[in-house]
Amino acid sequence: MKATLQNIGLFLISGTLLILFWQFWVVWFEVPSYFLPSPEATGEALLYGLSGPYYPHIWATLSATLYGYVLGCGLAIVTGVIVAETPLVEKILTPYIVALQAIPKVALAPLIIVWFGYGLSSKVIMVAMICFFPVFVNVVVGIKATDANLISLFRAFSASRWMMLWHLKLPGAASMIFAGLQVSIVFALIGTIVTEFVASKLGLGVLISSSMTNLNVANMFAIIVLLAVLGIALNEIMRVVHRRVVFWESNRN
Amino acid sequence: MKTQHEEDATALPSVLRFDAVGLNYKTRSGTTTALEGLNIDIAEAEFVSVLGPSGCGKSTLMKIASGLLPTTSGSAKLSGQVITGPNPEVGVVFQQPTLLPWKTVLENVLMPIRSLGLPQKQYRSRAMQLLDLVNLSDFANNYPYELSGGMQQRVGIARGLVHDPKVLLMDEPFAALDAMTRETMMGELQRIWMETRKSVLFITHSIPEAVFLSDRVVTLSQRPGRVIDDLRIDLPRPRQLQDMTSAEFGAHSARLRQLFVDMAKSADPQEATA
Ligand SMILES: Nc1ncnc2c1ncn2[C@@H]1O[C@H](COP(=O)(O)OP(=O)(O)O)[C@@H](O)[C@H]1O
Ligand SMILES: [Mg+2]
Repeated sequence: MKATLQNIGLFLISGTLLILFWQFWVVWFEVPSYFLPSPEATGEALLYGLSGPYYPHIWATLSATLYGYVLGCGLAIVTGVIVAETPLVEKILTPYIVALQAIPKVALAPLIIVWFGYGLSSKVIMVAMICFFPVFVNVVVGIKATDANLISLFRAFSASRWMMLWHLKLPGAASMIFAGLQVSIVFALIGTIVTEFVASKLGLGVLISSSMTNLNVANMFAIIVLLAVLGIALNEIMRVVHRRVVFWESNRN
Repeated sequence: MKTQHEEDATALPSVLRFDAVGLNYKTRSGTTTALEGLNIDIAEAEFVSVLGPSGCGKSTLMKIASGLLPTTSGSAKLSGQVITGPNPEVGVVFQQPTLLPWKTVLENVLMPIRSLGLPQKQYRSRAMQLLDLVNLSDFANNYPYELSGGMQQRVGIARGLVHDPKVLLMDEPFAALDAMTRETMMGELQRIWMETRKSVLFITHSIPEAVFLSDRVVTLSQRPGRVIDDLRIDLPRPRQLQDMTSAEFGAHSARLRQLFVDMAKSADPQEATA
């Protein structure tokens, strides 16, 4: 607790110094605002944006990110369980999964937009694809790593397959699954923004591209700050959920 | 060949019986014969230890008895019925406590009940009684990580007994504990056994542990495991830890130790011919 307070204090001090330095630099060297806006200009852009114009975009980005995340991670868990539990399915699916995993998913963004349009669905599909693999891999590895002694124990007590999965394998893999979920939440935001860059009606990625066209660099900075805050918040939420759900890991001595 | 036991086992009915049991493991490099022509008979309320060098097939024996592994030849019988799979009349305790870290002590004890599809509510009070028996009633709602190794192993014993099996199979349950805790646990197990009177198949490689706890000590040869000795221990109960220094205790231990010495000799042909 004391350490966290200290860390926060240090961060506040170094952050303030950094912003002062940035402001000073821009003013002293008369850096043109279309190249590097001052913190002041960035703050103004942010405040103006937050007074109204940003909200439809924030909502579009956030909802696409969350829908895609839930869809991708949900599919990853279900598929991961099936693959880990049925060797035949694993044999059939493995080559496709390896191939899909090798493709940089963002390269598919233009294609997805051609197929699914400028709206929510393209983003959701993109995000789901990006989120899928980290979770899928961890589900499979986590389930397969179940302690052999515990499996023997469950079998000796005539546990059904379902009981074994629900009460042993999934909780046992929970820590690994959450590690995957935490990686994916950051990927999810990337997926949304990239799709919005390519083509979209609404979203923070759209705002960044249009600010680029208008050379409104202060606005770009404001949105980047906003995205950083969103990214940290999402990551932090997942971290807390992880700790709460897999409580026995953090309490292990 | 008749073992000493078969001649005088007329008193109580047999609960667990191994009849000429053989077991081969198929491995990449060929077949490993873990057990061969093994005969053991455990009567009702009898505490039998199986003693043997490491790798002789003790855990294999336990897996056969718990229905996890089918025999290659011969048969294992539970109350006269050939064992073909896991059976609710059997309870198991492993070397590691193997508790579920995400469940409380009480939930862990109730795990076999859920697993066997028995009504959990009805067994709750029994689970609490068993926790009382292993001196852990104050820890029913704690999580395993809050318990010491010895306490965790006692939860494992309560779990092995919760569905009231006829036989309790224990595979080196104290091997992972430190020497002091192990001695305490030996006393505890004797008390638990005297109160519950289950048939127990207790696997160990510790001679004092076997002599202290058992009605009979069955010694296995090196792999493939066969019975080479069946020793009745008639020391009065409850046995005390200080009895371990008595002459009788010493004589039993010496005999068992000699078996191990002979085994080591025959395993090393140079020494055997010398
Ligand atoms: N699943 C297995 N596959 C192949 N060999 C095995 C397997 N389990 C045990 N063995 C072999 O069988 C023998 C007996 O093993 P085990 O019953 O575990 O011995 P113990 O418990 O007496 O130490 C050992 O030589 C071991 O290597
Ligand atoms: Mg063993």
